[in-house]
Amino acid sequence: MRKKHDWLRETYQKSLEKMPERPVAHRTLSGIAPEPLYTPEDIGVLDPEYEEKRGFPGEYPYTRGVYGSMYRSKLWTMRMFAGFGTAEQTNERFKKLLKAGQTGLSVAFDLPTLMGYDSDHPLSKGEVGKCGVAVSSLADMEILFEGINLEEVTTSMTINSPANAIWAMYLAVAKKRGYDWKKLGGTIQNDILKEFIAQKEFIFPPEPSVKLVIDTFEWGPKNVPKWNFISVSGYHIREAGSTAVQELAWTLADGFEYVEAALKRGLDIDEFAPRISFFFDVHNDFFEEIAKFRAARRIWAKEMRYRYGAKNPQSWMLRTHAQTAGVSLTAQQPLNNIARVAIQALAAVLGGTNSLHTDAYDEALALPTEESATIALRTQQIIAYETGVTHTIDPLAGSYYVEWLTDEMERQAMEIIQEIHRMGGVVRAIEEGYFLRELAEASYRYQQEVERKERIIVGVNAFTDEIPLKVPIQLVDPEVERVQAERLARVRRERDPRRVEEALQGLRRAAVEGQNTMPHFVECALAYCTLGEMMDVLREVYGTYQEPAYV
Amino acid sequence: MADVDRRIRVLIAKPGLDGHDRGAKVVARALRDAGMEVIYTGLRQTPEMIVSAAIQEDVDAIGLSILSGAHMHYFREVKRLLEEQGASDILLFGGGIIPDEDVPKLKALGVAAVFGPGTSTQEIVDFLKKAVPERWKAQGLA
Repeated sequence: MRKKHDWLRETYQKSLEKMPERPVAHRTLSGIAPEPLYTPEDIGVLDPEYEEKRGFPGEYPYTRGVYGSMYRSKLWTMRMFAGFGTAEQTNERFKKLLKAGQTGLSVAFDLPTLMGYDSDHPLSKGEVGKCGVAVSSLADMEILFEGINLEEVTTSMTINSPANAIWAMYLAVAKKRGYDWKKLGGTIQNDILKEFIAQKEFIFPPEPSVKLVIDTFEWGPKNVPKWNFISVSGYHIREAGSTAVQELAWTLADGFEYVEAALKRGLDIDEFAPRISFFFDVHNDFFEEIAKFRAARRIWAKEMRYRYGAKNPQSWMLRTHAQTAGVSLTAQQPLNNIARVAIQALAAVLGGTNSLHTDAYDEALALPTEESATIALRTQQIIAYETGVTHTIDPLAGSYYVEWLTDEMERQAMEIIQEIHRMGGVVRAIEEGYFLRELAEASYRYQQEVERKERIIVGVNAFTDEIPLKVPIQLVDPEVERVQAERLARVRRERDPRRVEEALQGLRRAAVEGQNTMPHFVECALAYCTLGEMMDVLREVYGTYQEPAYV
Repeated sequence: MADVDRRIRVLIAKPGLDGHDRGAKVVARALRDAGMEVIYTGLRQTPEMIVSAAIQEDVDAIGLSILSGAHMHYFREVKRLLEEQGASDILLFGGGIIPDEDVPKLKALGVAAVFGPGTSTQEIVDFLKKAVPERWKAQGLA
């Protein structure tokens, strides 16, 4: 049986060598100084399954956290998702967020960008800059990151079907400004499977879509080694109406599907797996959420080690971002959402998340205002600096309920993962409409429970007010569409048409011949090909996907 | 003259590029459970596709679900096309993330009702069961 002092001497010490303890008092308000970790030894109980099921932070199976010293050394990254209007407007918001103490950037793109259309495409009408920033070419990306040091910040980009192209644009900005790709850190979401399951921003059919993802698995570690080229996301699955168990199971099933596709291409698991990252929702049911994060880390570690034979411990580590549940926010009595977000954020922290976005209280009404986004960031800071939950690692371990629930969620999730496996994998399950049916059932059931008042939502089906509260909301300037159209026209006029043509031809050839597309996307980005042009080439080669309408 | 037991026919539509369809599907199913005939368009419909489906399916009402912020554009377009094609008797309603400030503007366009987050599906059922037969009566259909 491994002893705590051995862990302190080895894993914890090694972790501190990389990143020392934060220079704050790890002491309670009474002056008690908690140790970095508590185990059954500390309260004189026996837990024969301790090593196998819980273990130590920074050690297999990582139930108690992926890093040895966790928040004692480094707080989670406070990463607020932002983007609206033009690149200029979002750039300004980014600079303000960084000044307010945010530690990483996270870009929200508008729907045309997410769907691979330029801002001046007919289908973009009415949507440009509405739920994120419009990026149609390198010119927009240059403005978006103007005045921001790309080697100092890490940038997360919520982009899926056109992920290769958008990542290439970011890398092209870095290249043009002389930054070293080897030093760049960040994440592209690039999780197409959950688009087919839940979020529905797909362009191409599942098979070529997965191929594009695996291109980044192959190209990323060699060229931009510190970049997470995928964030396997349960967030959207949950927001589309799944339960926490389904979110857990389907997200991990997606992760395993990518691993299998990469192995099929002949890639070395220990080369790509360390850069796979995750993204989970965090909803209201406090302990269920905490258990979900702990179970996720344990399942991933076990399967990666024993089913897929990964040998590098970094391949076993499930690093994750979390976001509070947008779907839980209410339009009624919107200020109550500040309390909901605080509780959800606390659950994510107690679950050991590595990065966190907190929603703003007004998001059931519109995009957040600057003020509401700041309150959301301050909520994280209050948890980090005032509550004392960061004194000791995984403070809820050993709770009968939390440990039991962690085991139970693992058990139920594994059943679903095996069921999907029996169906022939995630892509087959998508084609058979499995996820659509399950989601429709789960979300209808939840709605019925709310309407029958079996579930109480404060301010919605109980404790309601007569007079609605008005809060200021963020409006998007309708001029965005015109500004974008003008910039696009200028880009098309000023670029070198021969270089554009050659770059697009290169991309087409790579797609047709099944070569890795990433080098060609980078060349297209540098040539100022527009996003729409790049995606059109692939639409011609791969075709597009329509999902069946199922209620 | 339509018979008194005539069932209400509703088209639930997702215009534009937005893929958030949980609400649209929950509403579609609730209306169906309440005895209405519901046609769900699926994702990524243009206003032209929506209006042509509505006319073809001879629906009494169209419900648009929009969460992307592009509601002004899509309601205006659908309303315009309905009028252009002589189908302005079809009741237009909707829901999603729609700021309060925009609700009066949508009503001025002729949108009969806008249902925000947290609306119970029963409220939407009640609305249609009242508003649609009123239209039938006005048109001398019932």
